[in-house]
Amino acid sequence: MNASDPAQTSTASPAGRQAATLELRDVVKLYPGQEEPAVDHLSLEVPAGEICVLVGPSGCGKTTAMRMVNRMVEITDGDILVGGQSVTDRTPYELRREIGYVIQQVGLFPHLTIADNIATVPKLLGWDRDRIAARVEELLQLVQLDPEQTRDRYPAQLSGGQRQRIGVARALATDPPLMLMDEPFGAIDPINRERLQNEFLRLQVELRKTIVFVTHDIDEAIKMGDRIAILKQGGRLAQYAEPAELLMNPADEFVKDFVGNDRALKRLALQRVRDIDLWQAPMVRKGETTASVRQKLEKADVKIPLLVDEDGCPIGWLSDRAYAGEEVKADLRSRAEPTVEMDDILRDALADLLGSELQYGVVVDEQGRATGVLSIELVGQGVHGVAPARTGADALAT
Amino acid sequence: MAENGFCPEWIVQNWDRYVDPFFQHVLLTVVSVVIGFAIAAVMAVVAHRRRRLNGPLVGLTEVLYTIPSPAAFLLLLPFTGFGTVSALIALTAYSLNAMLRSMVTGLAGVPEDIKDSARGMGLTERQLLWKVELPLALPEIFAGLRIASVTTVGLATLAFLAGAGGLGESIESQISFKSNVVVAGGLCVLLAVALDSLIRTLQKASTPWTRARLT
Repeated sequence: MNASDPAQTSTASPAGRQAATLELRDVVKLYPGQEEPAVDHLSLEVPAGEICVLVGPSGCGKTTAMRMVNRMVEITDGDILVGGQSVTDRTPYELRREIGYVIQQVGLFPHLTIADNIATVPKLLGWDRDRIAARVEELLQLVQLDPEQTRDRYPAQLSGGQRQRIGVARALATDPPLMLMDEPFGAIDPINRERLQNEFLRLQVELRKTIVFVTHDIDEAIKMGDRIAILKQGGRLAQYAEPAELLMNPADEFVKDFVGNDRALKRLALQRVRDIDLWQAPMVRKGETTASVRQKLEKADVKIPLLVDEDGCPIGWLSDRAYAGEEVKADLRSRAEPTVEMDDILRDALADLLGSELQYGVVVDEQGRATGVLSIELVGQGVHGVAPARTGADALAT
Repeated sequence: MAENGFCPEWIVQNWDRYVDPFFQHVLLTVVSVVIGFAIAAVMAVVAHRRRRLNGPLVGLTEVLYTIPSPAAFLLLLPFTGFGTVSALIALTAYSLNAMLRSMVTGLAGVPEDIKDSARGMGLTERQLLWKVELPLALPEIFAGLRIASVTTVGLATLAFLAGAGGLGESIESQISFKSNVVVAGGLCVLLAVALDSLIRTLQKASTPWTRARLT
């Protein structure tokens, strides 16, 4: 999109600023007059370009921990390094202008137009007008809002979802190496929330920012995080791991409870169909000899022939009668519906399988051609991280 | 022509005698409101930065406001003498309360999340005040300014007690003569309405965002 205009990119952003690693070293926050620290010896490292989600029940210090990174809350003890440099090396103002900041209520300035809102930090840094205008244009396109229609409006003239997008654009204005996001989608209705999450993840593939993302919602954490830090009361780190690890090997009872009893189901959101070693069905075409079909059945994982058309697109599962004679007839026991796509997450694929008659799902590639078969058993094995064994034949026989 | 009657002919012939008092009145009002605005603004910023001073400062202007107005003009005479200065001091003191209150309310009404995002992006406290808090407090500040202006136009009719002239003197000099009272009083009303609409126009021009609605 905007990258297609090289002149614009070069004037608008300090071409592709590197994401920074973030390191918290034994960070403590003790508020004056309180006995228990809000954050207690928290150490974690976020590799450059990854999303680290801080999650936990209310009062676990997750927001405090995030706010210490840009010194909205001062550190009592320990240190925080951004790109290897201590956050205390600079004044809080200089530091904050280098770090993107998005909060739940967005906090757009109601008295400024959208363009001026986005231009807040560039103006503080003294960018010239042309550079600011070009950057605003670029950012509005990036968050999929029409610059012409949006630029001169006031925040009150936008919907909640649009305001949230502007909040993200504003935080990205100077292409900061690190972003802090405090429940950024918390105030959005569930449908738009999911859309914004997906949109943000797609954006992140391009931007590769280091991001600290705070939420109380474990499902959001699993979806958004490359790594998840679960905090418990008193700001102590319960577990810091990748989502799959967290779901498969919760460190203690607290994590287990917090993640919930449906850990296995939640893992379905982490895997896609392409991650699964699929079964092969005997694919036959109309008019093929039954001898050839029987030969294919011998070798196949699934013991039901799948009728495909000329291009290899699935039509349906053949009945026994279909290959009783000399040649295969189009006599189906059921249609091959619904089909599953390689990019579907297992949770969605499982829902499809449960709805189909044979509980098999034909997996199709981008051209709609059958490439394999997904079964409920395979989904189950995928969840447990067991290499799928080819025992489908027996399963079908019973 | 009846002695006490209303006589348009007389008004036309004697128009000149109202010109000076009118401009005196304008001067008294505008100067005291402008000075009052500046003092209230400083007080408001101090009260905003140091919350403990909020109560005492607002309280002080309240006390000034409760002094009976004729008394105020006379009380100052031993100190600042008979004339415009005494009148201006009294009028300024009266104007403080409405403006300080509205400024304090306006600044306190700026939502926390907006201030948080401003600080989080690296605005200094001074930038926060000038770029965010004051602009957002403008509707309240203007409301206070309007009340103070209109009130001061009224109070300035007593400025003649301190020897500062104004339309009050014209009214007082021939209080039983209807034509005189109507003209002098009418000019007061006109001045109040004019000032009010002038400030309203300024407010509209400087706060376009308050009329922005989802379309």
